[in-house]
Amino acid sequence: MNEPSLIRAFTLLLRRDLTLAFRHRSELANPLLFFVIVISLFPMGVSPESRVLQMIAPGVIWVAALLATMLSLDMMFRSDYEDGSLEQLLLSPHPVSVLVLAKVLAHWLVTGLPLLVLAPLLGVLLFLPIEAMPALVASLALGTPLLSLIGSIGMALTVGLRRSGVLLSLLVLPLYVPVLIFGANAVDAAAAGLPVTGQMYFLGAMLVLALSLSPLATAASLRISVS
Amino acid sequence: MWAFLHRFASPRYFYNLSGRLIPWLGWFTLLLMLAGLYLGLVWAPTDYQQGDSYRIIFVHVPSAWMSMFIYVVMAVASAIMLVWKIKLADVVAQSSAVVGASFTFLALVTGSLWGKPMWGAWWVWDARLTSELILLFLYFGYMALRAAIEDRNTAARAGAVLSLVGVVNIPIIHYSVYWWNTLHQGATVTKFDAPSIDVRMLIPLLVMALAFKLYYFTTMLMSARCEVLERERNNTWVQELAEKKA
Repeated sequence: MNEPSLIRAFTLLLRRDLTLAFRHRSELANPLLFFVIVISLFPMGVSPESRVLQMIAPGVIWVAALLATMLSLDMMFRSDYEDGSLEQLLLSPHPVSVLVLAKVLAHWLVTGLPLLVLAPLLGVLLFLPIEAMPALVASLALGTPLLSLIGSIGMALTVGLRRSGVLLSLLVLPLYVPVLIFGANAVDAAAAGLPVTGQMYFLGAMLVLALSLSPLATAASLRISVS
Repeated sequence: MWAFLHRFASPRYFYNLSGRLIPWLGWFTLLLMLAGLYLGLVWAPTDYQQGDSYRIIFVHVPSAWMSMFIYVVMAVASAIMLVWKIKLADVVAQSSAVVGASFTFLALVTGSLWGKPMWGAWWVWDARLTSELILLFLYFGYMALRAAIEDRNTAARAGAVLSLVGVVNIPIIHYSVYWWNTLHQGATVTKFDAPSIDVRMLIPLLVMALAFKLYYFTTMLMSARCEVLERERNNTWVQELAEKKA
């Protein structure tokens, strides 16, 4: 038996996860619908006035993106844990942290990327000025992979538990705080016509840090949960 | 050298040693606590600006220090548990979590009690208060994860990973909250106006800090002793101990 190379294993796993996701299209749409519904609740709950909405828009879009990502974390490992393919993954000769990265990437492609596309539309709904749109998309582009990466640790820790939804949010949401702060603030600053390079650098730095450390923690957590 | 260290990792040795240490630590804590309270509430001068209400710092600041110190202790113990598989380190981490969360809560409550006369509000989204609040959430997350996993070994290792992730994140959270706060609100009174603290205020503060630290060690050892007994209940030395007591 000749073993596939690491890169091949990575792409195979990525393709498998994407195929699985596209076979369940309705599940794919749910986090997005959640994102849209939560955001459309705010004008009803707070005020339909454009001045107020414009002020809260960055925070609302970011909090909704955070919650949508968190709720979709379940599909990262849950079904694999239930049908046993997660164990196969852990038994493979390749480093688990790299394989985990493939799964996180697949998760981001099916949940984070659509959020990027939708966010400007929702920004329009909340009267976010056009100047802030590039910052909104850019901050989400840097921030949502970060959310998937941090979330993967929490998901890996709770995958073996039956009712883990609330526990997962308790573990993951405090860790999301820095992403929220810099992401929402970048949009806020852009709406006020201020430069946003600082916030982007911070988000980028955190993304690099999470990219290098979180797969290790996720791999260790998966081993703990599966054993 | 190693044999000497390994002895500490043995639950039985720990049980006996901590049994002898706890009375000493306990009395010393009480003594320091009383001395610190006297020094803080009576001996220390009244602040020229805040009056007597500043005296809450003698509880507030030590508990805030302890809340962070204990999280680091937890993370170090967790790392020891993960690397060397020393179960006693996990007992220490588990027993520390509750004490740490209590100190964090105490820091938040005393902070808001102090904030009412000073800021005119029970809660202000001040950078330090906010990061302390998130620290409390991290403690709760750790305890909830441990409670949710039935198997003790799995719970220990999962909790250890979480506390290590948390300890990497705490500085990031702290500084991002700081940055957020300084951007959002201008110069409100968030610090003591005097640039440095008077010696007569510093001494009671340090005495109280030491008392709190000893209090932590005492309570942590007490609950760790219980935990050791529970985990080792099938071993002969625990059963002999129980027979002796009965």
